[in-house]
Amino acid sequence: MGGFRLSSGGRVDRSRRMDVRFDGRGLQAHPGDTLASALLASGEDIVARGFKYHRARGIYSAGVEEPNAYVHLRQGARHEPNARATTSEVFDGLCATSQNAWPDVRLDIGAVTGYLSPFLSAGFYYKTFVGPFKGTRFWMICESFIRKAAGMGRGIKVSDPDSYEKVNAFCDLLVVGAGASGLAAALTAGQAGADVILVEQDFELGGSLLSQPVGGVCDDWLAAVKSQLNDLPNVRILTRTTAFGAYEQDVYGLVEHVSDHLQAPENNQPRQRYWLVHTKQAVLVTGAIERPLVFANNDLPGVMLAGSIQSYANRFGVLAGQRIVLCSNNNSAYQVAVQLAHASADVTLVDARPDMPQDVADMLAKAGVTIMTGKAVIAAKGRRGVTGAMIVPVDKTGKATGVPVRVACDVIGVSGGWSPVVHLWSHRFGKPRFDEAAAAFVPGDIGGETVQCAGRMVAAQTLGERIDSGIGAAKATLNALELKPSGTSLPATPEIQLDTGWSQDMLAIWAITDATRMTKGKAFVDIQHDVKLSDLDQAYSEGYVSVEHLKRYTTTGMAPDQGKTSNIITLARVAELSGKTIPNTGTTTFRPPFTPVTIGALVGHEHGEHFAATRMSPIHDWHMKNGAVMSEAGAWMRPWYYPEGNESLREAYIREAAHVRKHVGIVDVSTLGKIAVQGPDAAEFLNRVYVNGWKTLQVGRLRYGVMLREDGFVMDDGATARLGEFDYFMSTTTANAAKVLALSEHLLQTAWRDLKVHVTSVTDQWAAFAVAGPKARDLLQSVLSGADISREAMPNNHFVTGEIAETKVRLHRMSYSGELAYEIYVPSGFSRHVWGCLIEAGKAFGLRPYGTEAMGALRIEKGHVAGPEIEGRTTLKDLGLAGFASSKKPFVGSVLKDRPVLVDPARATLVGLSVKGETGAVAGSLIYGAGQPKQGHGEGWVSSTTYSPALGHPIALALIQNGKARMGEDVQVVNHLENQTLMAQIVSPYFFDPKGERQNA
Amino acid sequence: MIRIDCPVCGIRDESEFTYGGDATVVRPAMGEAALKPWIDYVFMRDNPRGAHREYWHHVVGCRQWLVLERDTLSHMVGTCSLARDAA
Ligand SMILES: [Zn+2]
Repeated sequence: MGGFRLSSGGRVDRSRRMDVRFDGRGLQAHPGDTLASALLASGEDIVARGFKYHRARGIYSAGVEEPNAYVHLRQGARHEPNARATTSEVFDGLCATSQNAWPDVRLDIGAVTGYLSPFLSAGFYYKTFVGPFKGTRFWMICESFIRKAAGMGRGIKVSDPDSYEKVNAFCDLLVVGAGASGLAAALTAGQAGADVILVEQDFELGGSLLSQPVGGVCDDWLAAVKSQLNDLPNVRILTRTTAFGAYEQDVYGLVEHVSDHLQAPENNQPRQRYWLVHTKQAVLVTGAIERPLVFANNDLPGVMLAGSIQSYANRFGVLAGQRIVLCSNNNSAYQVAVQLAHASADVTLVDARPDMPQDVADMLAKAGVTIMTGKAVIAAKGRRGVTGAMIVPVDKTGKATGVPVRVACDVIGVSGGWSPVVHLWSHRFGKPRFDEAAAAFVPGDIGGETVQCAGRMVAAQTLGERIDSGIGAAKATLNALELKPSGTSLPATPEIQLDTGWSQDMLAIWAITDATRMTKGKAFVDIQHDVKLSDLDQAYSEGYVSVEHLKRYTTTGMAPDQGKTSNIITLARVAELSGKTIPNTGTTTFRPPFTPVTIGALVGHEHGEHFAATRMSPIHDWHMKNGAVMSEAGAWMRPWYYPEGNESLREAYIREAAHVRKHVGIVDVSTLGKIAVQGPDAAEFLNRVYVNGWKTLQVGRLRYGVMLREDGFVMDDGATARLGEFDYFMSTTTANAAKVLALSEHLLQTAWRDLKVHVTSVTDQWAAFAVAGPKARDLLQSVLSGADISREAMPNNHFVTGEIAETKVRLHRMSYSGELAYEIYVPSGFSRHVWGCLIEAGKAFGLRPYGTEAMGALRIEKGHVAGPEIEGRTTLKDLGLAGFASSKKPFVGSVLKDRPVLVDPARATLVGLSVKGETGAVAGSLIYGAGQPKQGHGEGWVSSTTYSPALGHPIALALIQNGKARMGEDVQVVNHLENQTLMAQIVSPYFFDPKGERQNA
Repeated sequence: MIRIDCPVCGIRDESEFTYGGDATVVRPAMGEAALKPWIDYVFMRDNPRGAHREYWHHVVGCRQWLVLERDTLSHMVGTCSLARDAA
């Protein structure tokens, strides 16, 4: 090999040199270069090492199909693995390093695995790790070795310093691809007034026109079209933007590489922008990818796609080598040969077909191209790069019919035809159709209502055909959009010499081998995953006759390039082995993304604290100011405990809970779900959603209720107050508020449409505080006006309205802690004021705030069930709540709660555990009978656990099989995760004040 | 990413809605006391290939339950109506 920059030509700015380094070595790079063209211009032949055998690899292509040139880009936090050198623009300060090589791509110690290659054949992983090796130790040793040797790029473990953003966009027409036919489509539609978005993954518009010589007729056409497009305000052009996926309802996912061509983003721009484009119509003009020909040592640096050699020469002014052998089975290499010869290369065109049209032969000869027909390259020669090509006469199937002759060269260009890029079409519509003439998959006949395809993607061959197909596609979409073409014609189509396309007279061969289909030396089908022709043959002979199985077994097409150059060859080889046609053998199923998409782009801003909304109570600021440690409860932030001094969680909650039992405490319960249930049938509605009866509840009273799911399991509990004749105020647990509301709405809008009821969430409208403790009434009486809350006037389950600090509030008398307690409901906007007044007035009564941990301790002492018990697998009976269920009326879940499996007497039921020792049980621990082996799932589990300040030792709630009948029994409480066993005694879950004397005080 | 034409709010992104299951099942009458109809209603679902009617809930919009026609094969959506208006 030995690439170099030509003295003239190319679309790079030769007046500026950029500081670009590869493995520390400076490259010759100009603005307009890709990293690959700079590498090639600087004679960097070896840019990577193979995946399995660590063979030297060079640049193979000039685009997204690249299998070899993957590098590490940048250093530090912006380090990026698996960057494709062929599509990475150079920038000042670019620092790239090789991956998958040690110590250096030029001298890779790992290449010794070449001697081990017989052990790395098809199915190597499966075969090696299924076998006589007991346990996992051998596996782990091998795995660590293989990962080290075979890994792709190296990731980093520091945060990405850049930002990413998401955009939704809408348009009449999305044109994907700005080659000649895409530009023609966009201009045609734009001139007709359509709202157009034109997307191009390259940093320049033009597609293959950029690979034509600078200053030629194509440039004039391109300049004229670009200037007309720029004059149209209704055409948005996005370059450096990849349409990676097509989705139903004509939604397309794009990634705009806003700042990837810079060392770091500038002007507060994001690194990348993720576009979701909703379009009415789309024209897909995604071009075609050249197909390789497979032969021995076809992975040597210097073997390249023929069209890419042309691109490097014309677009970047870089000749990949001085002596170039082109090996082709189709007409598209003619033009390449002539243009490379014009660029001063010594070119030999080896054409597998026996004949060549005389006019073409004359043209090639005139340009100085040496012609060989009926021949092909059967092997590349060289160790670290191509030094020669073995050329052999071949038959119509690519089998050698004579003796190979060595021709010295430093580059071998291959052209096995072209594969249309049908990916986006296939994302939407599935299996493409096989076009026999082009020997390629093309879009099938569906999708035309909203998706048109054009250009090389539909195997249009000449520039004229491609431009016309773009115009035709645009006109079809204008018709669907009910817009009229403007009548303005496009600039005249330029004439290019030898603009032949590939399909005419193509000889559809895929590999060049000896007469027995063997190769002397490794012949790679999937160069990126090191899958050889012989691996396909071996897999097939082992019974992997389905191409889908064979692909997985050999891993062909499964590397980051997703087989863009190899899939069709795999299919062709399997077709040959099975004697079937290619379309009967299978197709590739294309799935998004077309090229890899950074997770950051998909995430956008939705990470960290922006991942989901955070809900805060209106008292939140006070909690923060007063030292609360907060905990997350779903989306809500709630005060967990309020440490004094250096108190631990345990010290704080024990103090807080004990304080409530002795004096008085206040806890913010604003997060409870609150639903206004209003309408003449409100009582009937409540009767149906709750298990207990509601028809007798009087205005001014409230009642505890339990709800089931439709399947009969307990869903939620909470109190509902009757505010007026048709006006109820339901409360739910914090966690289930949304679920209860959605189910209520569903039932009212579907099965219960006859009920005159409206349900509305009022969670955010009302703050709520629970004031609990023996001094609660005294405290509230000191601040409340307009209501009598004396013991006689206001027993449990009553509410009153009154004023605290000149604010109207509602006081519910009910207790969760088991103490004399009230819940105060305050309009949110006034709640911080009322809370402040209560704290102030409370000083005289020793009022202290308490958090959710102390609240939990208090409710466990009382045996009240909560989220850990109502966890979706427990029934009313399991939880000791069966007594609430009315037998006089049906309710949600009333029939299914009596399914045999739910009334099985062996089910675990709620009990208390008096836990021995000081440690306390861990929630989730399993229960085993005393002296029983600690194996299997046990006889139950611990649901909630706490230290009981009132009892002075640890307690827990648990669900234990046949629990009620086992009072007094000693059991083992086992935490298998930490290998901890405690002893406990089964007791009533009502640990403290079981008669409820304190809450009724 | 589908877009749903809510009869109240207009065309909105799928992300504003939650899926609510098969809209072809009919809830038994409240008074139904037999197990079988309830088991059918809660658990038994066909898994049709092609046209289907589904509940979607416009949770961050108008909070209406909708009945949407959706093709389970192509993911194309058809008409959308309020569940309360559905037959
Ligand atoms: Zn809506």
